[in-house]
Amino acid sequence: MAIYTKEEAKQIMEKALSFSTADACIINIGGSESGNIRYARNTVSTSGHRSNQTLAVEASFGKKSGVATVDEFDDESLKSVVQRAEELAKLSPENPEFMPPLGPQTYDDSVSYVEATAKVQPEFRAEVASKSINPASKQDVTAAGFLDDSYGFSAMMNSNGLFAYNKSTNVDFTVTMRTNDGTGSGWVTRDYNDVNKFNPEEAAKVAIDKAVMSRDARAIEPGKYTVILEPAASADLLRNMSGAFNARTADEGRSFMSKDDGTKMGEKIVDERVNVWSDPLHPEVPTSTWNGEGMPLKKMNWIENGVVKNLAYSRYWADQKGVDPVPFPSNFIMQGGDATRDELIKSTKRGILITRLWYIRSVDPQTLLYTGLTRDGTFYIENGKIKYPVKNFRFNESPIIMLNNLEALGEQVRINGNLIPYMKVRDFTFTSLSDAV
Amino acid sequence: MKRRKFVQLSGLGAGALMMPSLMIGNNISADQLMMPGMDILTKRKLSDVALNTAKSLGSTYADARIGRYLNQYVFTREDKVQNVVNTESFGIGIRVIANGTWGFASTNNVTEDGIKKATQQAVAIAKANSKIQQEPVKLAPVESYGEVSWKTPIKKDFKDVPVSDKVDLLLSANAAAMENGANFVNSALFMVNEQKYFASSEGSYIDQDIHRIWPTFGVTAIDRGAGKFKTRQAMSAPMGKGYEYMDGLESEKLDGPSGLRLYRNSYDIVEDATLAAKQAKEMLTAKSVQPGKYDLVLEPNHLGLTIHESVGHPLELDRVLGYEANYAGTSFATLDKWKTGDFKYGSDIVNLVADKTQPGSLGAVGFDDEGVKTKKWDLVRNGVLTNYQAIRDQVHMIDQNESHGCCYAQSWNDVQFQRMPNVSLEPGKQKYSIRDMIKDVEKGIYIAGRGSYSIDQQRYNFQFGGTVFYEIKDGEIVGMLDDVAYQSNTQEFWNSCSKICDESDYRMFGSFFDGKGQPSQVSAVSHGSSTSRFNGVNVINTGRSV
Repeated sequence: MAIYTKEEAKQIMEKALSFSTADACIINIGGSESGNIRYARNTVSTSGHRSNQTLAVEASFGKKSGVATVDEFDDESLKSVVQRAEELAKLSPENPEFMPPLGPQTYDDSVSYVEATAKVQPEFRAEVASKSINPASKQDVTAAGFLDDSYGFSAMMNSNGLFAYNKSTNVDFTVTMRTNDGTGSGWVTRDYNDVNKFNPEEAAKVAIDKAVMSRDARAIEPGKYTVILEPAASADLLRNMSGAFNARTADEGRSFMSKDDGTKMGEKIVDERVNVWSDPLHPEVPTSTWNGEGMPLKKMNWIENGVVKNLAYSRYWADQKGVDPVPFPSNFIMQGGDATRDELIKSTKRGILITRLWYIRSVDPQTLLYTGLTRDGTFYIENGKIKYPVKNFRFNESPIIMLNNLEALGEQVRINGNLIPYMKVRDFTFTSLSDAV
Repeated sequence: MKRRKFVQLSGLGAGALMMPSLMIGNNISADQLMMPGMDILTKRKLSDVALNTAKSLGSTYADARIGRYLNQYVFTREDKVQNVVNTESFGIGIRVIANGTWGFASTNNVTEDGIKKATQQAVAIAKANSKIQQEPVKLAPVESYGEVSWKTPIKKDFKDVPVSDKVDLLLSANAAAMENGANFVNSALFMVNEQKYFASSEGSYIDQDIHRIWPTFGVTAIDRGAGKFKTRQAMSAPMGKGYEYMDGLESEKLDGPSGLRLYRNSYDIVEDATLAAKQAKEMLTAKSVQPGKYDLVLEPNHLGLTIHESVGHPLELDRVLGYEANYAGTSFATLDKWKTGDFKYGSDIVNLVADKTQPGSLGAVGFDDEGVKTKKWDLVRNGVLTNYQAIRDQVHMIDQNESHGCCYAQSWNDVQFQRMPNVSLEPGKQKYSIRDMIKDVEKGIYIAGRGSYSIDQQRYNFQFGGTVFYEIKDGEIVGMLDDVAYQSNTQEFWNSCSKICDESDYRMFGSFFDGKGQPSQVSAVSHGSSTSRFNGVNVINTGRSV
């Protein structure tokens, strides 16, 4: 079993630290158990189970550090891994950005672990697959999906007295439903810390309905359109935008957040209805309450009423700039509104409903311009109603421009551990058509 | 992008190169990389434990892969070493067919006992899944090769080169860039050695020693007054070579237009970093492109990525059949199009070949990961779609009885499946130089190096950027361009191919971390071509003001 309790992890790490002769030593230990099932063509293709455990030692002499890892935790293995890290440290070049280990920290108790998810069995996975495959075969649709559940822990201890421990669970599910005539495709994604929140029948139905509805799409001219972005459609663009909240690259002048000789901190960059924060204790999207540097993670505002409130500082960069470190966010929460998806559609005279965006790649890091395509359910809206499916588009758009063109915000949905609202945006730029279904 | 992956990457800072998930295995010292692994007799004995256990449990087929995967990565920025990573991963993966169904399990406990347990698990999974299997697995026949071996033909093993030499080389390249006006430079060296032993119940015992190397950098120039920054990437290609790739042999250098220096089988990183700094500065004031139709002259280190996305992926048979539908997608190149025998993928001069044997390429091996001897075959001949990429359990679906030998797993820990071989554009038969490609173009753009890339889930519509762009007017290069990306449709694009340089210009592009499957696995693949011209392609302007 690769999962250790807080006490067990502590004992192993204390033992490892007792072998250290370095100026500073950091021990990280982690383990996970995960299972998955993959299906396609309405049948199971592969399934597997993985078990991993590893202990990493970072030993430092002055500004020279070495890392060694091991997957067995008996005394002999611990002793030799510490020695190996120390030998590597002595041979390493000096790291001018070396930061001494943190002292003891206080962390909030995380809520990212749910017992039921840790107890998922292979039978459950097969059942989830059949809950996609059975309704699909009844409707002349073919299912291809993937379910992955995991249970893991991580812990950290250092020679300055820091100790941190966290346990978490996750279940991630996606399924693509394609009509057998090849002209319609639908998709859905669901993820939770708590498997009891997952309803595989409901998810399969969403994807099947989209597949059936998207058959025989019509081509309409590319150009600027009002769009309703389902949360899965905007999630990746928003997360890419959050990557720009790095103080160092902003200070260095090579980021969207750079400005003159400084940064865009305190500047309004998007519509004033945009509020973005991270919160490791949010009950819908909980995460660990500490990061890889051992820094405590707290609720942190990034954009408030459209204004940049914080940029992330590593410990090294904070030290260089004489400010407090600000850890990178562990999740992304964007404030939504009350409107449901149907209400957003109802209030739209002419627009496009987008299920998801795919193959998103950076085109220009300076303006945060990205390209990609719509996929698995794109529909034309007229006078408050979905009129017909349309062919997929390629877009070239920046999330900054998108959030400046905000029309309305709807309900929030969890996507890949983040909370993203439905949103209506005007003048979203589609540059060409795709024949892909 | 998944949150967990995002968090990992953001911790590195945007200036750092992406650290791929390939970095599996235990950290070891550079000296330990040089230690020999398990001897071959022991490997044979332990493989037989898996094969015999599988048979005794009722399997009709089994294969075992004992793998030792050694990686060394060096990361630097400006005058600093950021990280030197040495890793080793060792274990065994066992694949069986029981009740007509695949089962797979792996373990790093490479002992008789550990192997027996893993084999039992693989058989149990096969039997459990057979209850919902619709059609039994059908394997194409393969020759029994007995005991054979294959090695990447390298001249210098990276493991024999001291880390300090590698660090010094990267730091010299960084210094050259800084001296020539760069504001920042990140550079890295990725080196991989796969020591793979394959044994199957069909009588093959195959020992292989595979090497790959990828030097790369990003050189950034900044104009704070104008609020602009530009990064020029390296013109290197990842290769299936040893450390000799870093020798920078003059005989392997080619001159491109406008002072551009291009590299074939040997790379001069200091020279390239010097030029990169000058070009990054030039990019800051380059003219923004006027959108419209242009004739594109595409350099091999650029065209390789277009080949990868618009030819390599759509001709993977598992995608065509729907096995990848939930992730990367399916393909426009459906079986009915192929069966007509006259589906025009490209113009008459377009010949695209798959090849797992090409010397120096990332995909070159003697045998694939299910013990099939590798070969070369046609995908598109005289513009017509002729074949796909398929492995033992797939070829019967396209009425063939010989695997193409392109099965691969990223480690002993992962199950092998169909992966892209090297897919390359054959050089033109007529003698044409780069100059010949440009001289009769009225309105065009010459593009070198890789840039932004995106393509739809059936591989129709794509958009590509590049590293450097030069405007062509009335047969001459007139200056550098900025904000260039071209959009096209795969079939339309390849049918617009009007001229291809001869073999003297042939070079390879490579992708070190190509992803596919769920859970995702990476693989490395090369794409060769000569500079080629495509007429009347739609170019957009990607500049925005925010």
